[in-house]
Amino acid sequence: MSILVDKNTRLLVQGITGNEGTFHTRAMLAYGTNVVAGVTPGRGGQMAVDGKVPVFNTVREAVKATGANVSWIAVPAELNATDPILEAVDAGIPLIISLAEGIPANDMVATYEVVRRSGARLIGPNCPGLLTPGQAKVGIIPGHIATSGPVGVVSKSGTLTYEAVDALTRLGLGQSTIVGIGGDPIIGTSFIDVLELFQADDETKAIVLIGEIGGTAEQEAAAFIKANVSKPVVSFIAGQTAPPGKRMGHAGAIISGGEGTAQEKIAALEAVGVRVAKLPTDIAQLVKEQLG
Amino acid sequence: MKLHEYQARDILERFGLPVTGGGVATTPEEARRLAEQIGGKVVIKAQVQVGGRGKAGGVKLADTPEEAEAVARQILGMDIKGLTVEKVLVAEAITYDKEIYLSAILDRATKRIVMIASAEGGVEIEEVAKTNPEAILKLAADPLLGLQQYQAMELAFDIGLKDGKQARQFARIAMGIFKIFKDTDASLVEINPLVIRADGTLQALDSKILLDDSALFRHPDFESLRDTAGEPAAELQARESGITFIKLDGDIGCMVNGAGLAMATMDVVKMYGGEPANFLDIGGGANAQKVASALNIILSDANVKAVLINIFGGITRGDEVAKGIVAALGQISRQVPLVVRLVGTNAEEGARILADANLIPASSLGEAAQKVVEVARGV
Repeated sequence: MSILVDKNTRLLVQGITGNEGTFHTRAMLAYGTNVVAGVTPGRGGQMAVDGKVPVFNTVREAVKATGANVSWIAVPAELNATDPILEAVDAGIPLIISLAEGIPANDMVATYEVVRRSGARLIGPNCPGLLTPGQAKVGIIPGHIATSGPVGVVSKSGTLTYEAVDALTRLGLGQSTIVGIGGDPIIGTSFIDVLELFQADDETKAIVLIGEIGGTAEQEAAAFIKANVSKPVVSFIAGQTAPPGKRMGHAGAIISGGEGTAQEKIAALEAVGVRVAKLPTDIAQLVKEQLG
Repeated sequence: MKLHEYQARDILERFGLPVTGGGVATTPEEARRLAEQIGGKVVIKAQVQVGGRGKAGGVKLADTPEEAEAVARQILGMDIKGLTVEKVLVAEAITYDKEIYLSAILDRATKRIVMIASAEGGVEIEEVAKTNPEAILKLAADPLLGLQQYQAMELAFDIGLKDGKQARQFARIAMGIFKIFKDTDASLVEINPLVIRADGTLQALDSKILLDDSALFRHPDFESLRDTAGEPAAELQARESGITFIKLDGDIGCMVNGAGLAMATMDVVKMYGGEPANFLDIGGGANAQKVASALNIILSDANVKAVLINIFGGITRGDEVAKGIVAALGQISRQVPLVVRLVGTNAEEGARILADANLIPASSLGEAAQKVVEVARGV
């Protein structure tokens, strides 16, 4: 088992003929991901990515023709990247992943609400995507650093996740699924959502949670872990030595009940029994100790 | 992007909210003229983007235009927490009975725009939030429909405004704040204090607006509001190149892809006894040109003795990074040791491109940090 993506994933890539779309679809295909369709308005009927993937004009057409059940959106934020999310929701895709960096937060407030009401799940935006080793790579996480195994990884950060996964693999600890949720102010799927999935997944025996300064998602995750997670959790919080950032007036502190420092987050996680690594390179060792 | 108080005040005024009369001055003479126009007692406030201006002596009252000039002369040029005061707001000094608090903020947890209000406004509002959280009311606006009139009225009565006319004025201000939030793509609009005057009317005495940087592309007019005075030249240059850069006081330059990894890299450098000279995130999918700009920005800091380049490619491709490093090496005047760690997407192609360059390779983050600290000490 694994979570969210696996051998049954039938992937659609929105923006497949763009530079990023083509480059990363090629890597996803090479990894063995079942990429069934691409969408670029006006390019319907063509074959993309070295003639391997049929292109459709709309998501609805692509779903009808191929039965796509996951969409990865490679459309950049400059091109109104909430539109392809809403198009995927409207076409009934249950799992949507957005790479776009720099979507205005106010646009995401409304977009998230539409996603939520539809019952679909959005991951990101501004996230590296998902990887279930040996089964499916959806997004930009480098496939060769991962290997199949018992550790579920969930992270706000992109490249820092690769660092942690690489170290796990080197220690002989494979991963069930790696989920990059993104670090934008408004994201579709939170730490809590993914923790819940890992807790329910039989194959996942330990969970790595990688956070960073800002917001209170790690504190909320800590509260959730206390109440709902019986599997061991190892964490790392980036920004432990970062200088105090620019404050968001009084309201930021009032709404969150804190300043979002690494120290606050580490304290909250340690208080519920989570082992917190001092350095990203220590994460793998702590997981090993937890798994005995 | 954070606006100055006077800029926030101008926006509030443009949206029809009650602000105090006055204007901004860059010289003591201008301050006097503004005080003459306002007539009567004025308050002179330093326009710097840090908290605690009042305690630092940056906010003072003046009874006459002559006194306003003298006070402005004291405040202009003053150093407040490392920032030089270049502008002062000269505003009508008003008397009032009570301070309340009102703001709209993007709430990550509920993924909604939340209104916050309290009958106990003023500088101690965060203390109130800690010691007496019941005194702080929060109300989420519908993500599709926005804040409704009845919600704004509810908020007014719930913070204890009893007079219907006053509650209606409060609701108008709350709706106005929400409209400003949406129309300007803010992530925070705050009035603190919103004061109740002797005649029962409300007036905004101080306000803050934070704009969402990701939405600035659709507000080209806001670019002129940007205060670059307090911003180091290198940060300015970085922003124009699409690079996130924050200058720090150490001597080890860092170039990393991704904010999380960039912070973690700094954490590791410190762990090995080094001091980072900067935070630098080249972002996802950076090309050779961006990498070259980043290296030049780092090396423009004379304190930098060595540079650590840590790239874990996903969307960023190792070969592009390598080309950028080679291009930058051809342009820079100053040679410092470069420790490079390149892994992930196209890392092998990158390593081939860098094979002939005079660099110190490292395979892990720990090794890279250790090496860069060693060479920085050796210089």
